Parts: sequence; structure tokens; C-alpha cells
Amino acid sequence: MANVQIPDALLVRKYVAGDENALASLISRHQSKIYGFIYSKIGDRDLSDDIFQDTFIKVIKTLKSNSYNEEGKFLPWVMRIAHNLIVDYFRKAQKMPMFRETEEFSIFSIMSDNNPNIETQMITSQVENDLQKLIDELPNDQKEVLVMRMYQDLSFKEISELTGVSINTALGRMRYALMNLRKVIEKNQIILTN
Amino acid sequence: MAKIYSKKALANSTMKPKKETVSFLLNYSKALSFVKVGKMKIECIAN
Repeated sequence: MANVQIPDALLVRKYVAGDENALASLISRHQSKIYGFIYSKIGDRDLSDDIFQDTFIKVIKTLKSNSYNEEGKFLPWVMRIAHNLIVDYFRKAQKMPMFRETEEFSIFSIMSDNNPNIETQMITSQVENDLQKLIDELPNDQKEVLVMRMYQDLSFKEISELTGVSINTALGRMRYALMNLRKVIEKNQIILTN
Repeated sequence: MAKIYSKKALANSTMKPKKETVSFLLNYSKALSFVKVGKMKIECIAN
């Protein structure tokens, strides 16, 4: 006996009428074509499965809600849904690139934690303490200008107004403060880096 | 020896989705129904 295949349109009608087996037949008949099409564009088995699933969820919803218009053929309609979902996927992927960890590629090679680690934090705090001690050794007038400029972020104009000296004097005090700091650092061979 | 410049086809006709995917779809279809309320269609999923 010849193997007569029920047309897609009839299976669709049966499914809409409530025959769940008709959907199983439609999926089984077209799954390779649809899945192969998705995989040829995506190149990832898991993602292709997701898109295949989303495609048929749309198909099921459309058929069950009686919104399917029988003008076109079933397979090209499903392929169009799959195609639109693939386009959506690439659009999303472009906005938010996703990286998968493989043997050759580690996600940590592009991800880094910008916060200093505990060692860097300790060194930084040590350097700051050492510098503070050195600044404390400076003559008061120089120390005052340096602290106002570096720690309080005041301009030389503001410093001159607050200390009651001219801008040039404030600049000179700052210059001497830095020179004296350098001298002490060089003399005692202090390393202030991290 | 001649170089082959053509790309190997990514997909082949024997490729199929996972059994779990198909089974999920069939179960989803069984669970899904639409209830008509006036002009609106409300989607219902049976647990």
C-alpha cells in the first residue's frame, strides 16, 4: 500500500480542532528542516534548541488562539517565525555580547576586578602613612601650603587668601616643600611606590 | 595538494532538536488553552 502522507494543512486543522497528536506529527515531520536552518545560522546546539522551542511556542499560541491564517503554507510560515527569532537573537547579542567559556577561551581573560587586592591596599596605606610622617617633618609654613594644595585641593589664590601671603610666596613654599620632601626621601632611600 | 576553500556545512539534514525540547513543546501544547472573554482571548496554562 502506498504511504499516503496527511497534508500539513489537514494536520493543522486537526490540531486546531483539539488533536494534540497532529502537532506531534507536524513537529516530527519538519523538525530536521527547521532545526537545521536555525543551527546553520546560530552554530550552537543549545541556543538552536532554545530558538526552536520559542518558534514552536509561537506556532502553538497562534494556532490555539485561532489566529493562524491558512493562506500560506505551514513550513514556510514556521521558517519565517524562526528567521525572525534568529534576527532578534543577533540583535540582542549585538547589544549585549555573550561569551561562553571554552577550553581555549577563559571568561576571566576579558573580565577583571578593578578593585585593588588586599596586598595593594596594604601597600597604599603604608605609603600614605610614610608620606604623612615625612610631611609632618616639614617646616610649618611649607607644610601648611602643601596640605592645603594637595589634600584640600585649594588653588594657590585661595591658599594665599587663607594664609595671608602673596600667591608667589605660596608657590615658593610649595616648591620648597616638594624639594625638601624629595631630599628626605633620597637621603633615607625611602621607596614610595606600590 | 589542492586546497579546499569551501566551508563545511554547519547543519545537516539529520540534525534534530533534543527530545526534551520536543517533549516540552508537546506538554506545553496540552497545557495551554485560550479562554474567550468578550473580545479578549486569555491565555491559560494548566498546571
